[in-house]
Amino acid sequence: MSVAFFACAAFAQGSAVDEIAKYRAALQDGNPAELWEARGEALWSAPRGPKNVSLERCDLGLGPGVVKGAYAQLPKYFADADRVQDLETRIVWCMVTLQGFSDADAKKGPFGGPDRKSDIEAFVAYVTAASRGVKMNVSLAAPQEQEMYRLGEKMFYFRGGTHDFACATCHGEDGKRIRLQDLPNLSSVEGARKAYTTWPAYRVSQGELRSFQWRLNDCFRQQRFPELVFTSDASIALTMFLARNANGAAFDAPAIKR
Amino acid sequence: MSRHSSFLAVVAALALPALLHGCATAPSDAEITAKAAATLKASFKEQGQARLDRLDQDDTQKACSIPAGKTVPKEVAERIEKENLASIRWPADGKYVGDWKNGEKIAQEGRGMQYSDDPRVAAGANCYACHQIAPQEVSFGTIGPSLYLFGTRRGYTDETRKYAYGKIFNAEAYSACTNMPRFGHKGILTEAQIKDVVALLVDPESPVNK
Repeated sequence: MSVAFFACAAFAQGSAVDEIAKYRAALQDGNPAELWEARGEALWSAPRGPKNVSLERCDLGLGPGVVKGAYAQLPKYFADADRVQDLETRIVWCMVTLQGFSDADAKKGPFGGPDRKSDIEAFVAYVTAASRGVKMNVSLAAPQEQEMYRLGEKMFYFRGGTHDFACATCHGEDGKRIRLQDLPNLSSVEGARKAYTTWPAYRVSQGELRSFQWRLNDCFRQQRFPELVFTSDASIALTMFLARNANGAAFDAPAIKR
Repeated sequence: MSRHSSFLAVVAALALPALLHGCATAPSDAEITAKAAATLKASFKEQGQARLDRLDQDDTQKACSIPAGKTVPKEVAERIEKENLASIRWPADGKYVGDWKNGEKIAQEGRGMQYSDDPRVAAGANCYACHQIAPQEVSFGTIGPSLYLFGTRRGYTDETRKYAYGKIFNAEAYSACTNMPRFGHKGILTEAQIKDVVALLVDPESPVNK
């Protein structure tokens, strides 16, 4: 990426942005995210954990075993867990309740790195791919869902840390950039739709499939906040706020990004 | 009314809002604001140099946590600017301008204050992330205004130099709820670093003014 980036930077401003758009379009031809999807599908149906059962009876919100379209209606309130859960939180829940993993073991390695593949990110790739083309349809019918949305909205505008940054500092206006990187305006319906429906994504610069939990985690690092805890309530609240704002848009991920 | 019945009346008065709350009423905006702050605190862990106290908002951060496109009331904006202006530590030697070449390096440097950054290395200001500055650098962001020709346009006066220093030290003193960090106030940059960045903007020899 860095080579292409600097090559582009040598052009005048407008054409540099055009070149990056072309580079992105070229990336769409083949998406290594399919490798994560295939691994996730195999892991999903494999008997695992202390109870040696698969995740095929996992209820992602549309009933046990239904994966198709499930991601497009998450996060949602689950009565069995008495909690609003996003996909990753629900997968951990199923690993604990169905397969008998401890909570700590289920949450081990949420993000892949050079020396370690993440099972969670493989599951995320598999489940999200099964919602490709499905319209986002996140419900706020339950009071717990409504409260989670409202908390997420507050957190989006929460300023803190050494730099006084909120999510909205970078993602609150149309047509802004950091250096040459375009920033989605996540406070607008159009911006939330475009951004949310293209995560998870294979990040070319990292050689990894990245989940939405990872996206939030890395945003907060750059915001100079401490580290966002995997499947924490704040991560779910922000996901709820953005997913709900994307309602009506066709889900189109796993995508591929720089 | 006996002591006993007045006690009951007090209990009823206290219980009524709680009952209403439990039955139908959604939490108020103030309640959600407080719960969001508490939930954030419980959702992060300390990592590297980033301690949990980074989630403790000061008055300015609290007042400026407002939806996109909204502004704070005029009296709040005036209070924020007044308090932040009063807190600026001006250089003891009365000089605002350092070395613009160092300033350019500091303006380019994006590392600093993230938990993944080495706290022993001086933080950069990352000015180009948001501003156009020297015209030679085409990779600049657009969250802040262009600063090209800053000195040329504002005049090479002591007033311009002092303003640039104050703005970098604490931008909230001049524009309440600005997106710009308070580099001096929050200890991101040292006094010497701020002077160097000021030089990048106001030195007639700086590429910014050519």
